[in-house]
Amino acid sequence: MELTTIWFILIAVLWVGYFVLEGFDFGVGALFPVLGRGKDPRDRETRRRVMLSTIGPVWDGNEVWLLTAGGAMFAAFPHWYATLFSGFYLPLFLILVALIIRALGFDYRGKVDSALWRKRWDLCIVIGSVTPAVLWGVAFTNIVRGVPIDAQMEYTGGLFTLLNPVALLGGSVSLGLFVTHGALFLALKTDGPIRHEARAIAVRVGLVSAVLGAVWLSIIHRDTGTATSWLVAGLAALALLGALRMARAGSEGWAFAGTFAAIGLGVASLFLALFPDVMPSSTDPAHSLTAVNASSTDYTLTIMTWVAVIFLPIVLLYTSWSYWTFRKRVSGHHIPDVDLVDEEATPAR
Amino acid sequence: MEALELARWQFGITTVYHYFFVPITIGLSLLVAILQTTWMRTRNPEWLRLTKFFGKLFTINFALGLVTGIVQEFQFGMNWSDYSRFVGDIFGAPLAIEALLAFFLESTFLGLWIFGWGRIPERLHASCMWIIHIGTVLSAYFILAANSFMQNPVGYLNNPETGRAELTDFWAVLTNPVQLVAFPHVIAAAWMTGGGFMLAIALWHVWSSRSPRTDRPMYRKAAMIGAVTVLVGGLGTVISGDLQGKVMTEVQPMKMAAAEALYDSVPEGEGAPFSIVTVGTLDGHHEVWAITVPKLLSYLSTGTLDGAVEGINDLQAEYEVTYAGSDLTERDDYRPIVPVTYWTFRLMMGFGFAAMGIAAIALLWLWRGKELRHRAWHWSAVAVMFLPLLANSTGWMFTEMGRQPWLVFGLMGTSSGVSPGTTVAEVATSMIGFTLLYGVLAVIEVGLILRYTRAGAPEHDGASLDPRDRAEDEPFVFTY
Ligand code: HDD
Ligand code: HEM
Ligand code: HEM
Repeated sequence: MELTTIWFILIAVLWVGYFVLEGFDFGVGALFPVLGRGKDPRDRETRRRVMLSTIGPVWDGNEVWLLTAGGAMFAAFPHWYATLFSGFYLPLFLILVALIIRALGFDYRGKVDSALWRKRWDLCIVIGSVTPAVLWGVAFTNIVRGVPIDAQMEYTGGLFTLLNPVALLGGSVSLGLFVTHGALFLALKTDGPIRHEARAIAVRVGLVSAVLGAVWLSIIHRDTGTATSWLVAGLAALALLGALRMARAGSEGWAFAGTFAAIGLGVASLFLALFPDVMPSSTDPAHSLTAVNASSTDYTLTIMTWVAVIFLPIVLLYTSWSYWTFRKRVSGHHIPDVDLVDEEATPAR
Repeated sequence: MEALELARWQFGITTVYHYFFVPITIGLSLLVAILQTTWMRTRNPEWLRLTKFFGKLFTINFALGLVTGIVQEFQFGMNWSDYSRFVGDIFGAPLAIEALLAFFLESTFLGLWIFGWGRIPERLHASCMWIIHIGTVLSAYFILAANSFMQNPVGYLNNPETGRAELTDFWAVLTNPVQLVAFPHVIAAAWMTGGGFMLAIALWHVWSSRSPRTDRPMYRKAAMIGAVTVLVGGLGTVISGDLQGKVMTEVQPMKMAAAEALYDSVPEGEGAPFSIVTVGTLDGHHEVWAITVPKLLSYLSTGTLDGAVEGINDLQAEYEVTYAGSDLTERDDYRPIVPVTYWTFRLMMGFGFAAMGIAAIALLWLWRGKELRHRAWHWSAVAVMFLPLLANSTGWMFTEMGRQPWLVFGLMGTSSGVSPGTTVAEVATSMIGFTLLYGVLAVIEVGLILRYTRAGAPEHDGASLDPRDRAEDEPFVFTY
């Protein structure tokens, strides 16, 4: 196989890794106001801390998949990296701001014992989780369907070129899928009321996403798909339906595995529809960036292949170990006493 | 303003900001690992309390280093797309390797460290912090390899067909002579910064009437560790900095001349002086007045007391010939902004020496068991926190602004690296957006650090941290 093809696959693997992993922590963040509610402030706070404890040890590692995907695009397909990130400038700026406030929300919300402080960071967590969940869907729809690119490989559209109806549909699908995925993660990782409510939400949101997702994937694969990409998209749909059945039946583990597979296969089908282009031009197919004309030299790709072959398995190994370490369900009694002293309080230790 | 100017300001602001948190993360991860290992060895609860105290401050700082780093990763593509196209073949590899080798390590093991108290075996838990430190050092290595390529391109071929620099020898990129001296300098400077951080905070508790008297001995120990780290790190930066000067004279003589505001070459045998203060004309082309130390510059740049040192004017004339008609830089001017390079270089060293001086005196007093009650001490404690940070910032400003007008020395001018397609409005939006956001975050961060500093080291309740002694449904020991 050509090295450029191998690297196309590796980049796809990194994005798949990013979406199946960070997808659920986006979902958990987006569900903060929904599942983290309650009349009694103490109960509400306990719920939110339980939710946070499920993703606390892992969300940062999940985000590194994005950094690696970005770095690998830079190394293997510099033109793809350059055209994409300079072209999708403002959406990317919004994503960066969202990721910043979200990460700080996770880390800082518990550091001052004040209702107002927590309320503000909770808002950051929600906005910071919903925004990228939507925008990544918008971005990938545009990448696969093509955007205006000129002969110098420069993006010539504007912000509103990107906000077309199909892309917006894509954004709502990615949001819906991540929320479903996150709800199932919570159902799998918590005990008590959150567990049951999360399962119910997963089924409802999952059904809507399944319908929207079917329409969205059909539009994409009708226009640019191949037999294989249709097949993989079909498998993604089946996995999602299976996940929802399992969620209803109460097998949370299988249900989560189902959305994991559905998101992974869905993203894979997009990359299959994209190949051999990496960023098709809607101006003139001759200007499209392809895996060949956007790539680095064979020498660089060879080095990067060795690095990936040696280190990616090591990363997977210790990542799995970390997930295994925190495999137990979290519930209210794991949360150190919630005092809720307002304002001017001492920090929680 | 043009997009180019804005993109440069944005890069400068966001990297300098990122680099406030970076050296603290690198230095403090080492110190927290040492504290925790000492606790494992001695089982003296003081060390556990210090581990948790500085560990909490570490996580507050890490969070900001993390989020500001993400911006850096994507900024090359957003604002510097032509640069990314030109060097991607070489520059992308260390960036991707950094993420794969270092960022995964740091983030996964930090998660394990924070949430693993009482849940994973103690020994393993303590090694998590050591692994985080290794991660930060690896991260520094690879990003500096990328940066060193910009200072001194090696291991590449300029391919006229593809119009870009292509990698021919990756090993050469990883062992760039600039890299080999910059890496120890940066790491030693980071240790120094972590040490200053710990020294300042511990000293505050040694004096504060708020913190219990019985805790004083504990904070004195922490202060001594901090002071020793500043001194060891300081010695390392001085030695490696001296080596850097020699490498720089060879590969970027203009930067060395500009660092000294040395306008006219000093021939072999005369010995160039090192200037303490120089006043030049405003355009930076001529010297007006100076105080100097004889022959020191010759020693710094060549290792002998009367080696020849080239001056700015001769170098400019030389480059005009070398790059004649090449169109690489905007104007035919190869001089960085001399007052900036001159002062940032001196400030870097000055801030560093001042920090070392304070650390040395503090160590001496702590060692003798003296009370440090004098008013001036309070100010020096504040200073020793910030001096190494300022030395780091000015050091980078010197390195990066001294590289101008080149983006990649000798290969690409800064003006040709900027994204051609992005509009002024776009760059302005992101620049203003990040600057405002970073401003707000700075206030929050400082507030949190102060709050947790004041709260002091948490009491140890005596409960075992060995997971075998803990019930399944006990509350977590440590969370965010
Ligand atoms: C000398 C060291 C050094 C330098 C010059 C830089 N960084 Fe940095 N960076 C680190 C040392 C570091 C670190 C110590 O590893 C950090 C700091 C705090 C942290 O969380 O890790 C980090 C964090 C960090 C992160 C977040 C990692 C994570 O998720 O854990 C990214 C994406 C970057 N950096 C990227 C960059 C880029 C693109 C830079 C160049 C402009 C850069 N850094 C300069
Ligand atoms: C983290 C420490 C760093 C600091 C504080 C720093 C500081 C700066 C500053 C002040 C500038 C503006 C210079 C000017 O426009 O006159 C700049 C520019 C730049 N630096 Fe750095 N830098 C750092 C690390 C790096 C690294 C590691 C890289 C590459 C891997 C890098 C690449 C660049 C680029 C591409 C520019 C933009 C072009 C330019 O204006 O020169 N910098 N940096
Ligand atoms: C006598 C002491 C020092 C000397 C002689 C020295 C020398 C140098 C030199 C020559 C450079 C420029 C390298 C280049 O552009 O190629 C540099 C950069 C730098 N210095 Fe120093 N330095 C000293 C002290 C310090 C201290 C105390 C700190 C921080 C605590 C520090 C932090 C930095 C940083 C962060 C850089 C930029 C990164 C790099 O290029 O290595 N330096 N130093």
